[in-house]
Amino acid sequence: MEKVRPNFEKGGRFEKLYRTFEAFETFLFVAGNVTNRGSHIRDAMDMKRTMFHVVIAMTPVLLFGMWNVGFQHYKAIGMEVDLLDQFLFGLIKVLPIIVVSYASGLAVEFVFASIRNHEVNEGFLVSGLLIPLIIPVTTPLWMVALATVFAVIIGKEVFGGTGMNILNPALLARAFLFFAYPSYLVGDDVWIYTNLQEGQQLVDAFSGATPLAYLALGEVEKLPSVLEMFLGTIPGSIGETSTLAVLLGALVLIATGVGSLRIMLSVVAGGLFTGLLFNIFAVNPYMEIPAYYHLIMGGFAFGTVYMATDPVSASQTGTGKYIYGFLIGVITLLIRVVNPAYPEGMMLAILFMNVFAPLIDHYVVQANMKKRLKRMQTAEVKTT
Amino acid sequence: MSKVIKIKRGLDIPLLGDAEKILQTPPRATEFAVKPPDFHGLVPKMMIKEGTRVKAGSPLFFDKYNEDVVFTSPVSGTFTELVRGAKRRIMEIRIMPDPEDDYIDFGAESLSAMNREQVIQKLLKSGLWPMIRQRPYSVIANQNDTPRSIFVSAFKSAPLTPDMDFVVNGQEDDFQAGLDVLGMLTDGDVHLGIHADQTMSKAFTEAKGVRVHRFKGPHPAGNVGIQIYHVQPVNKGEIVWYADVQDVIIMGRLFRKGIYDARKIVALTGSEVMNPRYYRIITGAQINSFVANNVRSEEGVTPRFISGDVLSGEKIASNGYIGFYDDQITIIPEGDKPELLGWLIPTIDKFSVSRTFFSFLMPWMKYRHNTNIRSGVRPFVITGLYEKYLPMDIMPMQLIKSIMINDIDMMEKLGIYEVAPEDFALCEYVCPSKIEIQTILREGLDTMRKEFS
Repeated sequence: MEKVRPNFEKGGRFEKLYRTFEAFETFLFVAGNVTNRGSHIRDAMDMKRTMFHVVIAMTPVLLFGMWNVGFQHYKAIGMEVDLLDQFLFGLIKVLPIIVVSYASGLAVEFVFASIRNHEVNEGFLVSGLLIPLIIPVTTPLWMVALATVFAVIIGKEVFGGTGMNILNPALLARAFLFFAYPSYLVGDDVWIYTNLQEGQQLVDAFSGATPLAYLALGEVEKLPSVLEMFLGTIPGSIGETSTLAVLLGALVLIATGVGSLRIMLSVVAGGLFTGLLFNIFAVNPYMEIPAYYHLIMGGFAFGTVYMATDPVSASQTGTGKYIYGFLIGVITLLIRVVNPAYPEGMMLAILFMNVFAPLIDHYVVQANMKKRLKRMQTAEVKTT
Repeated sequence: MSKVIKIKRGLDIPLLGDAEKILQTPPRATEFAVKPPDFHGLVPKMMIKEGTRVKAGSPLFFDKYNEDVVFTSPVSGTFTELVRGAKRRIMEIRIMPDPEDDYIDFGAESLSAMNREQVIQKLLKSGLWPMIRQRPYSVIANQNDTPRSIFVSAFKSAPLTPDMDFVVNGQEDDFQAGLDVLGMLTDGDVHLGIHADQTMSKAFTEAKGVRVHRFKGPHPAGNVGIQIYHVQPVNKGEIVWYADVQDVIIMGRLFRKGIYDARKIVALTGSEVMNPRYYRIITGAQINSFVANNVRSEEGVTPRFISGDVLSGEKIASNGYIGFYDDQITIIPEGDKPELLGWLIPTIDKFSVSRTFFSFLMPWMKYRHNTNIRSGVRPFVITGLYEKYLPMDIMPMQLIKSIMINDIDMMEKLGIYEVAPEDFALCEYVCPSKIEIQTILREGLDTMRKEFS
């Protein structure tokens, strides 16, 4: 390390790549930098470790998602293969998406870090894995790259980089694809990899529709069983299907204190509340389905645990987090049930609330200021 | 008994090297120094030249913007050297001490025969006035103000801080005399904050002429700022003064004996100290008089010497001088060695408030904490963390951000008058983005002070 370092420092041959070098160096070693003023000791926690724990929390959904890709594929063509083959099929399909997402996103991050001359931020370690998990397995790789680059530049860098963004970058990537290439992101034939090889054919009763798609059509009777939806053996985006795997991830986030339990609980509360309200005033079969169905269908669980809790784009105040989370739950269900155009509402609900989070915070902060002002006035009354 | 004020939010960082309750008197230091940077915001003007003989209590310099506030020598001897830093800023006034102290006599009149103005003049003349500091801004008090009230915290809660019960032992009368002096300075109350369970000394629990408040909870419960907030927060336009226990004792001595007797008890603490214990020294003493031969030496480990506690003390050299307000020297290892994949590996030898290290499974452990920052500075990312370590109804992240963008109106509304950097020290400690929160807060306080002066 010490030998190659001079090449990257000022005046060295690869001066422009200093930030890149530094990123790799600090990835390998915790640098020997020491405190100078203020607190002489610092907590061992840092951004790298924070982000890394989110990545750990995503592994259950990632592994399950890979397996489910294979499972759905072989189910669609009516072949019976063992677990390992199902997983390997998924691995081969999903891995390139992850590689493309990381490569394109990190490239942009490194370039901006060099231009702005700051250290490369770790935030993309998470975004880079989130993006593959929330898109269908059939998404072309060039689209993944385009969406990632769009999300990092427009979603993050134009606002000043990590920590300054208004919208969740991973969701922005998905939203970009959703509106730019709808035919690849919606419909019944995008969720399962069905490019057939010679001699293969789809089974007769095949349908690649997600539970939400059935519901949007009012075909309640075609819903998979609760157990299937909870375990996640249903079509959907790569990582979103299994509520069980998401719960495992949530446990990691909550146990380590990295994810906000406050937001998770309030999103669920908001969803259940609206679901029950629909039950009471039900006028169609969709409104009659048990409220908890919504928690295990589509991206609700995934969004709650991994997306809504993004500390940068979420509300930053304690009280604000309750309001923010609750409204995400409410809006998701409104879009799902009341809006005829989109079967799934999680993505739009979170993005919508991302935009409103600063406003919520503004009022929470104002309330704190008002309390202080009031205290001052009462103090004045006492003294005079 | 008054009710106990329970501080719920905060943190006691478990460090190795708590001082044993043994008091020693080391040999007299061979050099002393008064360090103007100890007094934040001060522009010193020298009153004497190098080579001048001084007595304990002789004036050395004064505050350029408040000429009545003079700073005096803690010992008698010769002013040998003026040390300047960048931009010719005066850093140290070094004094070679005589073998025995010769004191200037300020007169030992009875306090009851004096009025407020006379008391203030005596404190100013003897150089003890800087011991009284004020909120807002956490700077030396202005003698022309009349404070709403005065606060003294009778216990410390930062890591490894000295036990005030032990320190006050044998000096109870001086302490009470000092409290009586403070009582003359305000029309309001003198408040004394004690620990509900740990403060035993009658000097504190039965102090006269003061209102005693009982606190309980983790650091920063012992910070005077936190105590002020929970008793009666500082509103805009209000001024509250405060002083440390040992400074109150020195003030007591001034009025009882008529001299500036600058002896105080300091705790030598930290994981790198072989025998951590208490020493009776004179303020400004060069630390090697009691630190030398008591520092652990280990291959490849550089010790860091801190005047004060690990959270908001000042880094000094191994032959540096103890600060004016400090009653503790802490020695911890520097963390200047790179660590392979240090951010990734789950270890048990590092303390963290996050439960991502396995150290949280062992709450009984004490740590040899080094000074490594562990990352570069990042923007604010994690939210909801800072609030857990600031037991005040203040939004730490929003306040710090308002300082960063220099929004004076916002800073005021978010309560900047109520806080001092030391109150935010834990926020800085836990910050995963490694933002220098105390430095930023100090900048904010400076901005406000400039704006309203």
